[in-house]
Amino acid sequence: MIKTVITQQDRPVLSPEKMAEIQGVIQQFPEGKSKSAILRILHIVEREAGGWLSPDTMDMVAEILSIEPIEVYEVATFYTMFNLNPVGKYVLEVCQTGPCMLVGSDQTIEYIEKTLDIKVGETTADGMFTLKTSECLGACGYGPLLKCGIHYHEHLTNDSIDTLLTACRNGEVEKY
Amino acid sequence: MVKVTIDGIEIEVEEGTTILNAARMIGGNVVPPAMCYYSSLEGSGGNCRTCLVEIAEGSTRDPRPMPKLMVSCSTQVQDGMVVKNKTSQRVHENRGAVTEFLLINHPLDCPVCDQAGECHLQDLSFDHGGAGSRFEEEKRTFEPIDIGNKIKLHMNRCILCYRCVKVAEQLTEKRVHGVLHRGEHAEISTYIQKAVESDFSGNMIDVCPVGALTDRTFRFKSRVWFLKPMNATRECKKCPGHATVWMFGEEIYRVTGRKDAYGEIERLDGKTAWICDDCRFETKDPKQWNIEGPRKINRHSVISQNHYEIPNPLKTNVKKSLK
Amino acid sequence: MGRKLLLEHIDVPGIETFDVWRKHGGYLSVEKALKNMSPDDVVNEVKNSGLRGRGGAGFPTGMKWSFLAKPEGVPRYLLCNADESEPGTFKDRYLMEKLPHLLIEGMIVSSYALGANLSYIYIRGEYMWILEILEKAIAEAYAKGFLGKNILGSGFDLDLRVAPGGGAYICGEETALIESLEGKRGNPRMKPPFPAVKGLWGCPTVVNNVESLATVVPIINMGADEYVKIGTEKSAGTKLISACGNLVRPGVYEIEMGISVEEFIYGDEWCRGIANNKQIKALIPGGSSVPILPAHLITKLATGEDRLMSYESLSEGGFATGSMLGSGGFIVFDEDQSVVRNTWNFARFYAHESCGQCSPCREGTGWMQRVLHRIVNGQGNMRDIDLLADINKKIEGNTICPLGDAAAWPVAAAIRHFREEFEWYVNHPEEALKRNYGMLKNTPTTV
Repeated sequence: MIKTVITQQDRPVLSPEKMAEIQGVIQQFPEGKSKSAILRILHIVEREAGGWLSPDTMDMVAEILSIEPIEVYEVATFYTMFNLNPVGKYVLEVCQTGPCMLVGSDQTIEYIEKTLDIKVGETTADGMFTLKTSECLGACGYGPLLKCGIHYHEHLTNDSIDTLLTACRNGEVEKY
Repeated sequence: MVKVTIDGIEIEVEEGTTILNAARMIGGNVVPPAMCYYSSLEGSGGNCRTCLVEIAEGSTRDPRPMPKLMVSCSTQVQDGMVVKNKTSQRVHENRGAVTEFLLINHPLDCPVCDQAGECHLQDLSFDHGGAGSRFEEEKRTFEPIDIGNKIKLHMNRCILCYRCVKVAEQLTEKRVHGVLHRGEHAEISTYIQKAVESDFSGNMIDVCPVGALTDRTFRFKSRVWFLKPMNATRECKKCPGHATVWMFGEEIYRVTGRKDAYGEIERLDGKTAWICDDCRFETKDPKQWNIEGPRKINRHSVISQNHYEIPNPLKTNVKKSLK
Repeated sequence: MGRKLLLEHIDVPGIETFDVWRKHGGYLSVEKALKNMSPDDVVNEVKNSGLRGRGGAGFPTGMKWSFLAKPEGVPRYLLCNADESEPGTFKDRYLMEKLPHLLIEGMIVSSYALGANLSYIYIRGEYMWILEILEKAIAEAYAKGFLGKNILGSGFDLDLRVAPGGGAYICGEETALIESLEGKRGNPRMKPPFPAVKGLWGCPTVVNNVESLATVVPIINMGADEYVKIGTEKSAGTKLISACGNLVRPGVYEIEMGISVEEFIYGDEWCRGIANNKQIKALIPGGSSVPILPAHLITKLATGEDRLMSYESLSEGGFATGSMLGSGGFIVFDEDQSVVRNTWNFARFYAHESCGQCSPCREGTGWMQRVLHRIVNGQGNMRDIDLLADINKKIEGNTICPLGDAAAWPVAAAIRHFREEFEWYVNHPEEALKRNYGMLKNTPTTV
């Protein structure tokens, strides 16, 4: 059950470069259709805000697009990529849908849970990892796999998971 | 004009009319139930699927039957179309199925629900519901919340008809209220429980087909069937002041818009006579209203079973002669 | 080797760059179409090729194009559906990642045919790195004069953009995709009006799958007459199949329509058989929403003839003994896999992905998921099996969009072909719990 815990958080400060990027996204759509840019802007802003969208951050997006805040909440809560609660530095999303299950995604999830001592949906005490499950990521032939940042890590084995976790801890993995 | 036959009754309607509205022109029991469609709210309909009908013949030009049942609220009639509603076994079965779907997560808390007696879901389950439930799982639950100090939201009872969202979109200046999350987690909410403050927000209560949005100024005051609905008017700067006041003795317990047989607010001079929140929530002194007389409720639900009809001299005679 | 029309140059180093792509015959179709053909010529060529939509529904692409309304002064849009999310399907990802210019080329030709001057690729948000690949390739195409104003001096202008989704399977449904591209929740629209009349921002719109648009390139290059010689009579050309599950060599393959299923699963050129020397138990040939086939109906039809990889042969026998080609998501189950558990998994997927707009899907998918979850966890009873069959009958056909059907069919087919396995779960609750991954070796199946 998705239940939204409302925690206020100051809105992220966007650098002039990020603001320019956002304006560029808006310009990809005809005049008067700026609302179409919302998903991409939410992706950008979420990264800037530490990986999740607080109501305050969403209000900021509403201001950028000159729409009502509820229009942003409606969209942000519909699409599952957006985190509505604080997350760890790295979010590990393991695909758990059929084809991945056939090649062992259940065991992958179990292994990560055991290794990090957290359950799905939880964040490690050091704030480093959040473990999530995800429905079909569209890499069915290369499972089991997880998404970390914008990249997929495929053909997972216990060893390759260990390697990935260590690399994350050492800051060698792109966060986004 | 195009000709359409619904359950064997032929009617001529204007081109572009939906099957549901054509059926409403005929009236009586050929009218499919509608839980989400609301004629004065643009873009409503299509969600609940209770108004599904069978199209036995598409049109004179192409008389092939349509393979799937169609939603009558959004399907336009074609010349020569033959529609089956009451007379279709498939419609009967599928309407029963939709009713079951709407009820599996519904709390069935009618005894403590202010909507009881005027609830469209009660009517629907009376007509199409099963005797028992096949749903053995845990129901989806939400805590009731106040959205502003006049409206209560019981998400548990909501059937996600989207009518209130359309009201917020089309009647109020600033929408703070919408549908969040998705699938079975979808909920009507204001997210950070922002108060709904607008002159016309109370109409969300009037359009709600179930007890999800109720009037906090009337909460637990009385069962609706103990009240006497009276047509009343008043001078109001914000709205036409064209309402129904619900009285108990000399007191006004609540104020609503004037609803027709399908639960829709009546039109006045071609416009829907939505009432403002001042009339609804703040005007409960009978002196403030010009009370015209008892209102006839022509719904088939429990509130129409009592004594609301305008006294009919013929009927009185019958009673007398029986004595 | 089978004939390759799309993936011919996939292994060429640097094929994702404009120059290498151009060197291997890239953008010839744009030259041919813009210089020597009228837009209607292109539409007719695609119509004559018999190309069927590669996204799953298999609707003829040329016919879809010919429905596009063309009112004066109203812009028209071509949208590429790259929201690939059907479990078992990962072909579009492969194609876009490796051959971004093939898609761009297909979109230029198709936009020209439809008279669209602004086109979008709507890509699922999870494929964010592919979005970057596409944008890089698009920038190259602009720089080389294949996008922008007056392409190749033809007077045809085209702007091409990429827009990401945010994680929603339903946005692969064309009207949900349009809603999403308008910046709204991905709730499918009611039809009519169809997008060809009222689509993006109320304008006439065509939505095509990545592979369909890519296939326009070889069709224009070789001509429809040559194209129809490939494949079978009703399934022209080649098709990308994304093979996954318990195979020796899963992956994306381009097949000529009409090769046998047996050859595809066991052939050296293709999947090379079942992994770990196991037997095949079941197959879902076209993505999670098509009916599952039990072992005896995989390589042979009910009539005993060979089953082929084509629209018509895979659906031979209807829902009783057939399935569908769908999106080409080819999911293979070995003998140790539990069909019941997988059915629950897919039911959970559909419940998770239902938009929640209409009641049969919103309530029905969640209900099925819960009942199946109970059965899998040893809490089921016999009447649950009939209940499931009944619920899916009541969802099917009663919803706004096809997600309801997509959720219902796999459950119906699993019960039809593997009822004994469902009953085993009910009769052996403790064992079902212990053997949670469905090791059903010693129990009879319907095979």
